[in-house]
Amino acid sequence: MARSAQHGSPVLDMNPMVDLAFLLVTFFMLTTTFRMPEPVAVALPASTAETKLPERDVIQVTVAPDGRVFLDLDGKHVRERLLMRVGRSTGVAFSAGQAEAFALAGGHGMPLDQLGAWLALPPAERKEVPAPGIPVDSLRNELGTWIVQARAEHPAYRVAIRADADVPYARIKAVTGTLLERGVTRFILITETEPAPATGTAS
Amino acid sequence: MKRAVDGNRFARPGRTPREARGEQLPVSIDMNPMVDLAFLLLTFFMLASSFNQPQAMELVLPPPPEPDEAVMEQPVKESKALTLVLGEADRLYWYRGITEPEVQESTYGPAGLERLLREQLAATPDLVVLVKPLDASRYANLVDVLDDLGRAAAPRYALTEAGPEDRRLIEALARSGENKNGEINNQAAP
Repeated sequence: MARSAQHGSPVLDMNPMVDLAFLLVTFFMLTTTFRMPEPVAVALPASTAETKLPERDVIQVTVAPDGRVFLDLDGKHVRERLLMRVGRSTGVAFSAGQAEAFALAGGHGMPLDQLGAWLALPPAERKEVPAPGIPVDSLRNELGTWIVQARAEHPAYRVAIRADADVPYARIKAVTGTLLERGVTRFILITETEPAPATGTAS
Repeated sequence: MKRAVDGNRFARPGRTPREARGEQLPVSIDMNPMVDLAFLLLTFFMLASSFNQPQAMELVLPPPPEPDEAVMEQPVKESKALTLVLGEADRLYWYRGITEPEVQESTYGPAGLERLLREQLAATPDLVVLVKPLDASRYANLVDVLDDLGRAAAPRYALTEAGPEDRRLIEALARSGENKNGEINNQAAP
C-alpha cells in the first residue's frame, strides 16, 4: 500500500460501484418495456385521470390532428397471426415474410391494399412513405375489420384511443361508432397528466 | 500501456521474496472495461425504458340499439337533467330541463364548468348530465368535460348526440347574445 501511494496511483476498490451498476442494469432490464415507435406525432389532451394505461394487450387507435387513423397493437406473435387472419377475411394475400415484417413494424396507417407494399420496404424507409390512414368510412371500414379480427385472435385486447386534442369530435365519433358497432363498448382514452387542482380550497 | 507494465510487475523476479517465489500473487483484474460496459447498458436501459406510462381515462358507452329494436329512450326526469352542449371554438353551453330550456353559456376550467357542476350537484344530488358534443367541437373539450364530471363525482352522465333541437337552441342563444351585446354597447356609449 505504501508503495503505491509513493507512485501516486491510489488503488480504488471498484467492486461496490460495479455491484451497483449491475444491480441497476438488471433492474432496468427487467422493468423496461420498450417504447413503441409512434406512427404519428399527437398532442394529447390533458386530464387529471389517475389510472394508468395497461402495459399489455392494448390496441391503440391513434387519431392524428388531420383526422387520419393509425393502428398499433402489441404482442409480436399475435400480430403475425392477425395479419394472416385479416388477409384471409378480406381476400388480400399476405406472405409469411410480410407477416414477420408486420409483427415488428409497430403502428401503421396503411389501407389493406397498400399494406403489403409498405411491409416489403425496409423498416427505415417506411417512415418516408406518406400514410393515408386506415379507412373508417361506412363504405370501407377497415378499422372495424382490424378490431374484429384482433379481438377474435386475442380476446384480452382492450381498445385505447389516442387522439390529438384538436381533432374535431366528428372524427372521434366515426372511430367510437365503428367500435361500438363491433361490440367494443369500453374504451380507454389516453391523456396527458395534468396536476389536479386543489379542490375545496377554492370558494 | 502503463497498466500493462503495472500488471507485469508481479511477474518480475526479485521484487520481494514472496513474489519471486510465485506465492499468493495478488490478482488484479482490470475492471474498467466491465464498468464501462455496465454503465453503457445502464444508460441504454434508462433511456429506452418508458417509465411514465401515459394516463388513461375509462369510458363506457352503451351499445347501439339493434336495427329492429324499438329505440328505447331512457326517460330522464326533466327536473334532474343537465345538458352540456360542446360547441365549436371551445364554447360550452348548458341548460337545465328538456322542454324550452334557458340556454346559458359557460367556459371550461375551474371558474366555469367545475363551478357549474358543483353548484348543480349541490342543488340536485341525483343530477343526470347529458354531454352533447357538436361535430365541430374539439376532442380536448370532451376530455375536459369527462374529466370534470369524474372529479365532481357526478352520479350519472351520458355521452349522447346533439339533436337538431340543441342546435336550434344554441343558434337562438348566439342571436340573442349578439343583440344583447349590441344593447350593452348602446347603453355604455352615452
